[in-house]
Amino acid sequence: MGILDSKVPSGPLAEKWTKHKNDINLVNPANKRNIDIIVVGTGLAGGAAAATLAELGYNVKTFCYQDSPRRAHSIAAQGGINASKNYQGDGDSDYRLFYDTIKGGDYRSREANVYRLAEVSGNIIDQCVAQGVPFAREYGGLLDNRSFGGVLVSRTFYAKGQTGQQLLLGCYAAMNRQINRGKIKAYNRHEMLDLVLVDGKARGIIARNLVTGNIERHAAHAVVLATGGYGNVFFLSTNAMGSNVMAAWRAHRRGAFFANPCFTQIHPTCIPVSGDHQSKLTLMSESLRNDGRIWVPKRLEDAQAIREGKLKPTQLKEEDRDYYLERRYPAFGNLVPRDVASRAAKERCDAGFGVNKTGEAVYLDFEAAIMRYGKEKALTSGLKDPDKDTIRQLGEEVIEAKYGNLFQMYEKIVDQNPYKTPMMIYPAVHYTMGGLWVDYNLQTTVPGCYCAGEANFSDHGANRLGASALMQGLADGYFVLPYTIGDYLADDIRTGPIPTDTPEFEKAENDTRERLQKLMQAGGKHSVDYYHKKLGKIMWNKCGMSRNEKELKEAIQEIAELREDFWKNVKVPGSIDSKNEELEKAGRVADFLELGELFAKDALLRNESCGGHFREEYQTKEGEALRDDKNFKYVAAWEYKGKPSDAVLHKEDLVYENIELKTRSYK
Amino acid sequence: MKLYLKIWRQKDADSKGQMVDYELNGVEGDMSFLEMLDVLNEKLINEDKEPVEFDHDCREGICGACSLMINGEPHGPDRLVTTCQLHMRKFKDGDTIVIEPFRATAFPVIKDLIVDRSSFDRIQQAGGYISVNTSGNTVDANAIPIEKENADDSFYAAACIGCGACVAACKNASAMLFTSAKVSQFALLPQGRVEATERVLNMVRQMDLEGFGNCTNTGACEVECPKGISLENIARMNREYLQASMKG
Ligand SMILES: Cc1cc2nc3c(=O)[nH]c(=O)nc-3n(C[C@H](O)[C@H](O)[C@H](O)COP(=O)(O)OP(=O)(O)OC[C@H]3O[C@@H](n4cnc5c(N)ncnc54)[C@H](O)[C@@H]3O)c2cc1C
Ligand code: SF4
Ligand code: FES
Repeated sequence: MGILDSKVPSGPLAEKWTKHKNDINLVNPANKRNIDIIVVGTGLAGGAAAATLAELGYNVKTFCYQDSPRRAHSIAAQGGINASKNYQGDGDSDYRLFYDTIKGGDYRSREANVYRLAEVSGNIIDQCVAQGVPFAREYGGLLDNRSFGGVLVSRTFYAKGQTGQQLLLGCYAAMNRQINRGKIKAYNRHEMLDLVLVDGKARGIIARNLVTGNIERHAAHAVVLATGGYGNVFFLSTNAMGSNVMAAWRAHRRGAFFANPCFTQIHPTCIPVSGDHQSKLTLMSESLRNDGRIWVPKRLEDAQAIREGKLKPTQLKEEDRDYYLERRYPAFGNLVPRDVASRAAKERCDAGFGVNKTGEAVYLDFEAAIMRYGKEKALTSGLKDPDKDTIRQLGEEVIEAKYGNLFQMYEKIVDQNPYKTPMMIYPAVHYTMGGLWVDYNLQTTVPGCYCAGEANFSDHGANRLGASALMQGLADGYFVLPYTIGDYLADDIRTGPIPTDTPEFEKAENDTRERLQKLMQAGGKHSVDYYHKKLGKIMWNKCGMSRNEKELKEAIQEIAELREDFWKNVKVPGSIDSKNEELEKAGRVADFLELGELFAKDALLRNESCGGHFREEYQTKEGEALRDDKNFKYVAAWEYKGKPSDAVLHKEDLVYENIELKTRSYK
Repeated sequence: MKLYLKIWRQKDADSKGQMVDYELNGVEGDMSFLEMLDVLNEKLINEDKEPVEFDHDCREGICGACSLMINGEPHGPDRLVTTCQLHMRKFKDGDTIVIEPFRATAFPVIKDLIVDRSSFDRIQQAGGYISVNTSGNTVDANAIPIEKENADDSFYAAACIGCGACVAACKNASAMLFTSAKVSQFALLPQGRVEATERVLNMVRQMDLEGFGNCTNTGACEVECPKGISLENIARMNREYLQASMKG
């Protein structure tokens, strides 16, 4: 347990970060010019870190697998970013944001990290506005806010349904400024395949140029991993096609502990699966739950008639509908946190109330909102006795202004008009709270290897609240990591450039080549996707929204067998030394096949239900999650020892000095 | 449905490419265009052939990675969508579909349908930013109120996904719509005014250096742009450029 020192500074919660910043070592500007840092990943976390580190004077190299940093997966975030600005005067504060995040995470995150996140959140908005991020504004010219699930204040800043895009373009612009000054060198279409350690410290990476296939060595004094989440272990998720665990997993194989792999977020409002050809799932932003009401029919016969196409949802009378979230959770209603909403949808569908062909969908209905907005608009426009159609039309216009791009996306995919008939939605894998274990400084258990953004495990416990991932990515990148890394680098001011012609780099490069060769030369029976889809099915059926001992044990067995089959029989066409997407995919799936097993093992060990981790054996009579603080109030950090079955568990006990642990209730 | 595909195949930047014919059965209307290509690739892999390479990532119309000229139109026949959001219900049984990469001198082919769009990155590096430090010593966000209309217009310009369809649609392969969207995004905000002169000069210079063609106002770019970026941006950039040149 000695290794898991979270390095949380002493002192009162609200003073820890300031005190820590004053206490840590600094590197003077002249010395920063002699220090190189590799940042893998150019999403919000990596992009922000790269820009700030370069601005501070370090020499930065960035890596991403896309053709441009601007295409990192952060670009897809829709709904918004939280900050405790209290611009709406509704009683928000750093403490309330901190409290909501800890509670939302079901008391499985570290107090000090979360408080720091809340503390710097306001600064993020200032920073982004200064950079020219066009957030939504009110007519008075000030910034507008909306609400997200699991909270009772309005603290989410947004840019229509494209908040991630606008924030990432801000980061990318900040990177461009440093690229133009020669302080960042960007290696796009490059994939990190291994972490190189010299004398136990992270000193570089092995990367493959995805266009030429060349294997390259890159050295630095420290390596930052900001490579995003691993939701694609489920094959189908809302993540981008290329999102992967490779960089984090290779670091794990070199000694970085992997924390809470089983903490995954299943998002309640996604477009349901339409067929076997499906390659990814599309999110319908949580912001829609501000106005949409979720329901299924009250009677089984009605649900069946709807599934068979004999009855339309719009024909069902109000009293024949079950608005189950409003019924079960009157205080938060449709805005309960994601894990709660997802499980409730599954419960109704499992009980036979699902409304699409496969029985795996519920309705998200805007009828009430359209009529409410329509009436309001008619009144403010001075219309007397408007008829129903006029009201509806006015209401639809208001909804379009708010969510137009999401409605358009839905219509393109499902081929139904969501203004006229309720949307069909179902939960889908969306975000991973687990990730590389880091201390308060965001350093992993490998000295000199740091981890930021969704790739680390730090701030969201067992469930992340909406609009908090963007906040965390930017907080880590702009405001935390650039300072904490200096404390480590202060010892390196006299080290000089790290050479790449050393045995350590040689060996890492050879290992990488061998692994690629092995993939190319496997038996050649089935495509990479064949294995990825199989893995996804096991994960979704046995490690998904609800889990039990029997199925988790089966999953462990099945994944191990599938992995063996993969290495014997996968078919990778093309060659190593050219652009080869199948080879890229094969490398990623190989890592998912190891992570998947560790995931199931972690879920099996955690004999409690908390946040997104729901174990059927541990629930209350009403079907709510039953947490076990006595035995499981810890972070499970796994050490690599070869096969996932040999991984060794280390625990970081979570200490709550400022918050009293309670049963989470949204009733 | 059954489709007849004619697809551009090219081994690498230095090789000569050619169109190759494929027949594909079992395509469903609910598939996206890229899912249709996934099905083709699975088939090719099973037949021991090399799959067709194309750029893609988010598959929801926001990252700007996907491209493709589909029957002569960038992002295909539907309006205001990217290729990844185009669904096969827009086609019918027996259709022939011609699939080529985006063509422009400034977008050389890397392999098959993948082109190199790094020229866009370099245009933005030349000045597509506001020079503020990112380490957090800025004024409160609400200290600078911005007229909703300008903020909204800036947002609409910033919605450009950098896909390059505007260049592919243009007979001169001009990058004016893209560059003007980037210039406008900042020009419309008070924070962006400070460096406006230098920005427009530098970005336009880089655009010319990259080998993009001239704009002759045909408007094809606006029609094909999946994000509805408006020609007004080009007019705005021309004004900015003129003013800047007079100053400079
Ligand atoms: C559809 C969708 C909507 C969302 N909406 C919201 C929202 O409204 N609010 C919110 O707060 N959160 C939202 N999220 C979550 C949030 O977007 C992500 O958690 C966050 O953007 C992750 O940022 P990141 O910087 O950690 O990683 P990413 O943005 O995923 O970036 C990962 C980077 O790592 C690189 N990379 C990965 N592996 C390698 C490798 N081996 N070698 C080299 N480079 C590599 C990639 O190229 C990329 O640059 C949403 C997520 C999704 C999927
Ligand atoms: S202006 Fe439109 S077509 Fe051109 S790059 Fe931007 S989004 Fe694509
Ligand atoms: S794949 Fe991202 S826009 Fe099409």
